[in-house]
Amino acid sequence: MKRYSIFSLVRNALSYHENWPKAWRSPDPKPAYDVIIIGGGGHGLATAYYLAKEHGITNVAVLEKSWIGGGNTGRNTTIVRSNYLMPESLALYDHALKLWEDLSQDLNYNVMFSPRGLLHLAHNVHDMQEIGRRGHAINAAGVDSEFVTREQVKAMVPIINLDCRYPVMGGLLQKRGGVARHDAVAWGYARGADARGVDIIQNCAVTGFRMDGGRVQGVETTRGFIAAPRIGVVVAGNSGALAAMAGFRLPIETTPLQAMVSEPLKPIIDCVVMSNTIHAYISQSDKGELVIGGSSDPYNSYAQRGSFDQIEHVVGPIVELYPALSRIRLMRHWAGITDITVDRSPIMSKTPVEGLFINCGWGTGGFKATPGSGHVFAHCLALGDLTPMAAPFTMDRFHTGALIDEGAAAAVAH
Amino acid sequence: MLPIRCPWCGEREQTEFSYGGEAHIVRPTDSADLTDAEWGDYVFFRTNPRGLHYERWFHAFGCRRWFNMARDTVSGAIHGTYRPGEPRTDVPDAPRVPVAGGDGGEG
Repeated sequence: MKRYSIFSLVRNALSYHENWPKAWRSPDPKPAYDVIIIGGGGHGLATAYYLAKEHGITNVAVLEKSWIGGGNTGRNTTIVRSNYLMPESLALYDHALKLWEDLSQDLNYNVMFSPRGLLHLAHNVHDMQEIGRRGHAINAAGVDSEFVTREQVKAMVPIINLDCRYPVMGGLLQKRGGVARHDAVAWGYARGADARGVDIIQNCAVTGFRMDGGRVQGVETTRGFIAAPRIGVVVAGNSGALAAMAGFRLPIETTPLQAMVSEPLKPIIDCVVMSNTIHAYISQSDKGELVIGGSSDPYNSYAQRGSFDQIEHVVGPIVELYPALSRIRLMRHWAGITDITVDRSPIMSKTPVEGLFINCGWGTGGFKATPGSGHVFAHCLALGDLTPMAAPFTMDRFHTGALIDEGAAAAVAH
Repeated sequence: MLPIRCPWCGEREQTEFSYGGEAHIVRPTDSADLTDAEWGDYVFFRTNPRGLHYERWFHAFGCRRWFNMARDTVSGAIHGTYRPGEPRTDVPDAPRVPVAGGDGGEG
């Protein structure tokens, strides 16, 4: 891997940037690997990267049915935060946030992580109680979180209309939260993994598993059979379909989550602002586009598009909260398909098939967890067992009842 | 937005309806005898197919009655709606993926 630096930039500028090497290879699949990771999104690529970097397991293939980072990694609102309620989630998401903080240096790839602060609004007494409870829980866990008043909200976000239909009463601020460049995360991990010997195989869809006596032997793909004793499934919205191929069900339902961007504007919002009650969140990209998201569509769907009425449910509250934005035009809107568990917490688990591990259920909030998810799941795959950080997130919790109930308390923005 | 034919009222806009999850899941009558795993399967685990899905809908801003629908979760195409207790709409040529653990009971 040629390191990126000011010198490589200058050197390549002299040849009109025509001689940059490819960031990763496009190898043909080998007949067998030590580990196969199904799914070339951020989580899958991060898993491969940490397998190679932290555990020295480099005979690894990442199988991607289309192009890397083309699924939810390229379809989210790029928000990064760790202000969760439950201790298990706090540990996992803050582990991810700590990795985000020096990810660009670690990968030698600018993921444009911008901890610009993340503000969560409270619009009623219940919201104030909820942020009170969550804020104190977060502080007690040693993660940063502070309460801000109405006046401080207005100072941070001058365009906000505090006296909208559901007046803003206060907020919860995580200063370490922010946004990152979604594509760069996939590309940076791909480049780092490839440089350590991982084969990233695009346009290679898994069509089935080959099993022998309850043990996985490998995967059938559109490019032939590939053997591996240990396989990790990291396919977000399509987890149910992969699980069905392996003969088990998941406590997951797949729904689209939409997002949209406006035309580019001059800088107008310099932090991430989200609201649980009106269910909309907004930030401004470095290009000046306002990135807007809301709640997922209310029915199961694998279509990477959502329903139009949902857009109105998101845009209406945004315009009520920020009247100055009422005339801006939306440029694009899209949807990713999210794998939602009933307790809104992810699943990192062994499966009924020996050797087959699954990392899914990140639902509407997976992007922020990308480095942590990959780091922890890589450790599980290397170990052949769940690590303490992953253990609470096993699939068994839906049988034992030890759910990690973030559903009621999650801070919406994803 | 999908136009949905309520089997009680006729065709209306999707915004009049709310979604009720997978259909034909029967509550076990012997719940006291079930293991935690069996009960967990009933409560939390779903077929979540990529393709033909039998699901419940509720005509929230209409007759406020429940009904079932056969819908494709990829294309959004609705193959039919029917009242509870009626046989499910058969869709012989619908794209199917393997569904683990059968596709629920009748109900």
